Amino acid sequence: MSDNREFFYRRLHSLLGVIPVGIFLTQHLIVNNFARYGAESFNRAAAFMENLPFRYFLEVFVIFLPLLFHAIYGVYIAFTAKNNVSRFGFFRNWMFYLQRITGIITLIFVVWHTWETRIATAINGTEVNFALMQGILDNPFMLTFYIVGVVSAVFHFANGLWSFAVSWGITVTPRSQVVFTYITLFVFVALSYISVSTLLTFATTQG
Amino acid sequence: MSEGKTVTLIIKRQDGPDSTPYTEEFKIPYRENMNVISALMEIRRNPVNAKGENTTPVQWEMGCLEEVCGACSMNINGKPRQACTALIDQLEQPIRLEPMSTFPVVRDLAVDRTRMFDSLKRVKAWIPIDGTYDLGPGPRMAESKRQWAYELSKCMTCGVCLEACPNVNSNSNFIGPAPLSQVRLFNAHPTGAFHKKERMETIMGDGGLANCGNSQNCVQSCPKGIPLTTSIAALNREATAQSFKNFFGSDYNV
Repeated sequence: MSDNREFFYRRLHSLLGVIPVGIFLTQHLIVNNFARYGAESFNRAAAFMENLPFRYFLEVFVIFLPLLFHAIYGVYIAFTAKNNVSRFGFFRNWMFYLQRITGIITLIFVVWHTWETRIATAINGTEVNFALMQGILDNPFMLTFYIVGVVSAVFHFANGLWSFAVSWGITVTPRSQVVFTYITLFVFVALSYISVSTLLTFATTQG
Repeated sequence: MSEGKTVTLIIKRQDGPDSTPYTEEFKIPYRENMNVISALMEIRRNPVNAKGENTTPVQWEMGCLEEVCGACSMNINGKPRQACTALIDQLEQPIRLEPMSTFPVVRDLAVDRTRMFDSLKRVKAWIPIDGTYDLGPGPRMAESKRQWAYELSKCMTCGVCLEACPNVNSNSNFIGPAPLSQVRLFNAHPTGAFHKKERMETIMGDGGLANCGNSQNCVQSCPKGIPLTTSIAALNREATAQSFKNFFGSDYNV
């Protein structure tokens, strides 16, 4: 990074995490929640998303490329830190540490999840529907893996929103930063509820 | 009254910049109102370790002895702070002394803080008042602004914030919180603002502002209570504005 591009890359990393990746994540979790209205409902929603116009363009430019940059640069950022929560056990330092851990967990999860439900299904011509998810989450190990992965992603997004606000100079005063901590905590709880309830619906519906 | 009472210190020592560190234990006679500096002076007066062996006196740096120069910073029981204001009565024993780990060790507890002074030069942490003719009195500064700027001016370049920061380490080129806050201080001054754009461009370069990861250890650890994270967030806002001005252009770009 000797070409003085670090500021640009860091800001791009911060921006892409929220727009479009964070927005996609929120949309994805909410749409999946159709599962709670039954298999029929979920399949209709999945088909709607699958048949969006310009699907491949949207997938590449709204999801894949931004996510790829955010992930690769994020791993670089995570491994340049020398974590010191044992010496400095402050709340924000723990958030800093967890942001890096959840980032790595999310990366592993997303790679697996994309392979399983997007790439492998495309190769084999499997239909992506309620039954597919039911089959995956029937396995307690996979259910645990999905819950850990999704909650990590949600944490990383919510806490990332907090640092986005600081990095772009939106929340400057300590008071605004504290208030924003509560707002992002709410985002974390709300999105966790939305996503975990979806996962449990798949796991508990009798196939 | 305090007859026979001793103070135990475990000190991480290093004979030179490239030597292997080792620890040495000392037991020194207790006196009332001792601080870590007076304990180290006692070792210097009688350099004998806890095993009763003669040893070299422990090397450390000190200056003002009233927490305004920053020279005696070291890790005391794991926390970076000034040895002069670390009172023995308030510390858990054995007292562990170590040099700050983000800086190269010169000898024992003395570290080389040159990187901080280099950073201050890079960000032009001064006010340009020299000229070839008398520039006259500078513009007035609002009292409300002077009050918060004064808080930032308390920085003594001690290095505690760099030691506490997880992003200041050998893998990264981050200049750390202290010089960033100084950019805000000198940009706030009416005459200092002459260099504002140059300062912003420096900290918007590699190893600058964007390398902050918001762990906020700095503001929790600063011995002078400087609002370092407020400075960083304020500079982030300024940098956002500056990058828009740089890219889209501005007639008011100073």
